[in-house]
Amino acid sequence: MGRTPDRDPPGDAALMAGVVTTAAELVGDRAICDPGVLGQEVLHVAREQYLEVVEVLRESGFEMCADLCAVDYLDHLERHLPRGVSPERFEIVVNLLSLQRHQRVRLRVQVPGSDPVVPTLFHLYPGSENMEREAFDLYGVRFEGHPDHTRILMPDDWEGYPLRKDYSVGRVPVQFKEAPGPR
Amino acid sequence: MSDEELIAETSEGLQELHDLDETSPEELEIEQGSALRLPEGLVFDPEDIDVEFGADETMIINMGPQHPSTHGVLRIMLELEGETVLRSKPIMGYLHTGMEKTGEQLTYVQGATNVTRMDYLSPLHNELVYSLAVEALLGIDLPPRATWIRMLMTELNRISSHVMWMATNGMDLASTSMMIYGFRDREMVLSFFEKTTGLRMNHDYIRPGGVAADLPDGWEDDVMAIVETIPGRVDEYDEMLTGQPIFKQRTEGVGIITPELAVAMSATGPILRATGVAWDLRRDMPYLAYDEVDFDVIVGTVGDTYDRYAVRLNEIRESCKIVRQCIEKMPLGDYRAQDKKVTPPPRARIDESMEALIHHFKIFTRGFEVPAGEVYVAIESPRGELGCYLVADDSNKPYRMHIRGPSFVNLQTLPPLLRGGLIADAIAVISSVDPVMGEVDR
Amino acid sequence: MGLQDLNHNFLTGSLEELVKWARRSSVWPATFGLACCAIEMMAAGAADFDLARFGMEVFRSSPRQADLMVVAGRVSQKMAPVLRQVYDQMVEPKWVISMGVCASTGGMFNNYAIVQGVDQIVPVDVYAPGCPPNPQTLIHAILTLHEKIRLGELTKRRPGETGAGIDLAAEAAPHGWVAPPTGIRLGTPR
Repeated sequence: MGRTPDRDPPGDAALMAGVVTTAAELVGDRAICDPGVLGQEVLHVAREQYLEVVEVLRESGFEMCADLCAVDYLDHLERHLPRGVSPERFEIVVNLLSLQRHQRVRLRVQVPGSDPVVPTLFHLYPGSENMEREAFDLYGVRFEGHPDHTRILMPDDWEGYPLRKDYSVGRVPVQFKEAPGPR
Repeated sequence: MSDEELIAETSEGLQELHDLDETSPEELEIEQGSALRLPEGLVFDPEDIDVEFGADETMIINMGPQHPSTHGVLRIMLELEGETVLRSKPIMGYLHTGMEKTGEQLTYVQGATNVTRMDYLSPLHNELVYSLAVEALLGIDLPPRATWIRMLMTELNRISSHVMWMATNGMDLASTSMMIYGFRDREMVLSFFEKTTGLRMNHDYIRPGGVAADLPDGWEDDVMAIVETIPGRVDEYDEMLTGQPIFKQRTEGVGIITPELAVAMSATGPILRATGVAWDLRRDMPYLAYDEVDFDVIVGTVGDTYDRYAVRLNEIRESCKIVRQCIEKMPLGDYRAQDKKVTPPPRARIDESMEALIHHFKIFTRGFEVPAGEVYVAIESPRGELGCYLVADDSNKPYRMHIRGPSFVNLQTLPPLLRGGLIADAIAVISSVDPVMGEVDR
Repeated sequence: MGLQDLNHNFLTGSLEELVKWARRSSVWPATFGLACCAIEMMAAGAADFDLARFGMEVFRSSPRQADLMVVAGRVSQKMAPVLRQVYDQMVEPKWVISMGVCASTGGMFNNYAIVQGVDQIVPVDVYAPGCPPNPQTLIHAILTLHEKIRLGELTKRRPGETGAGIDLAAEAAPHGWVAPPTGIRLGTPR
């Protein structure tokens, strides 16, 4: 019977040594923990403590920033969030990975639509550079302190942020051009 | 604009460019002195053409986006001093297709068709990670045969992707025969895919709930033929390339990356394994049935282009081993979950039962609803960690589908890798990083 | 050189045939592979579906040396000016094959990011459908192009700059254009 990823707790060696620490324990009360599907750890962090929490996690063994993306909750503002977390329009979702402990943790930071600015993780994880540029390019969330804060996927002079929910897909009606018949 | 003005405009100010081995890892990690922080449009300023080229001035040239050796539409701005690359900047976006936006417009059943075209060299991996994410949110379990079929197909896809990489890598390093040989082997795998899934590429075979169709009769013979011929041919390519002094000189010591820098840059896959870090999601965070098969994780030592080539070459052999075990251990049973809300009924039943017809119709037009939630699922694609972050909102379409493309993140390692090398080395290095622009730009 | 000054008489007729034979027997493609279709284009050039038998295995990287641009893959908004620039750099006579549905009409991606059909930018001679088209489909498209070269005018210029929106039924056929004989299906691969 196949397993889906992350279903089981971290690696056997850590388990045997009895030093399995969840990210929630590492971070303490700086974040609110909300277990996700498949037993994944999800931490909700306030924007003010975002950098601090990421630094704590990095010091305690999460060496790699696997993924950073943005979500626009304009059409889904009433989503489920734990008590103490107030929903905002944007969310920055960061997935960190610990190679030693075979552990993942996910951070969710609420970012208001009126002031979409978040500190950058570039100084902690240089690998977040492209991902933050993409979040800026497609959502308009700005990252303070990013060394190259420009568009990455859209042309430089593009106006608007395509993946926002109020930006249309841009379907054009299909044009059938008259072609000569087979003879 | 003079060169001083150009350099002074970047956010890091004037930069001292040291030799590659003089720079400390901390400096490389925190401030990549190798990345050219210039806006993209600056190079095309026609006034620059009149700048007199002195002996100690550097030149910024453009490589791509249309170029035979950039593995797709990748544009790289190179700052050259003579033939040596000083700083560089990869510029992407020339293949941006808005696939994440399209993913929000398509139902969950249709989503695999969209996702499969991202990394077009290993389409089954994209479909797999998407299907795993959807199934995680749905909370359904798959029959064992579906899991093993998925494993078989994705490992065959890994073989075809790595063979294709060897072909294009060989061509970039001027071995046209490697290109022809590589495509010959790839055709063997593709014809098996065509027999099973109906298409040579972009199959839409792995869907949420299982796979689209069962393996055809006589598949064991076809797959056995593949795993018996390919290792022998891989040995030939090994001799042809590894045994060739020119190939070794062009790749050994070229484009070295340290493990600390690779981890800091979030590089995964053969790039990370070539530096010596033994991280493979199939073994360390197993998914599907990888904990029931026996294979080795190939690790390099130096982290240069030659090591990346050797890692991929040996991964073909390991994948052949896994495929053999799949043939032996393939369980019987259903090839998709029997959950009526998710899986369409068998086509023969549609003629007999009205309910089956209604279910079929509903699933293929409206699709099924997925309960609200969010999940991040990652698998090991031939290029590294391929992840899918899916947010569902009780409707029949994903609310947000984000694919973490490994090549998108691996391209960040290009500036440090290219620094200090020659332009010809740049070709070898870009080829060894194996970017697939479909998943870089999505 | 005044090839266009020569009328079609029995002296120049065989010269025209010679020139057209030379042109269609060694059409050199420019590398313009963008996405998945590029892989199938490379497979068409490789051993199993050999393009060398048509004299086309040399994919010239420089557009100045190429005759044919096979637009293989989806053209994004950022890539469109590059496409036009490469096309402009090619020397006459030049042809364009639009390979795959994304290049022909935008394919399955009808959104803000993809140009809906490469014929909005460059004039296209043959469209090859498929996602991605089989190498066999691509070869059929190439053979269709060869027929078009064989039957076409030697020095004909395409009407207008692009093919977008041209109502071919309303426009008169160009002078001297000969309808293809029965048995050749232009533009409808199997």
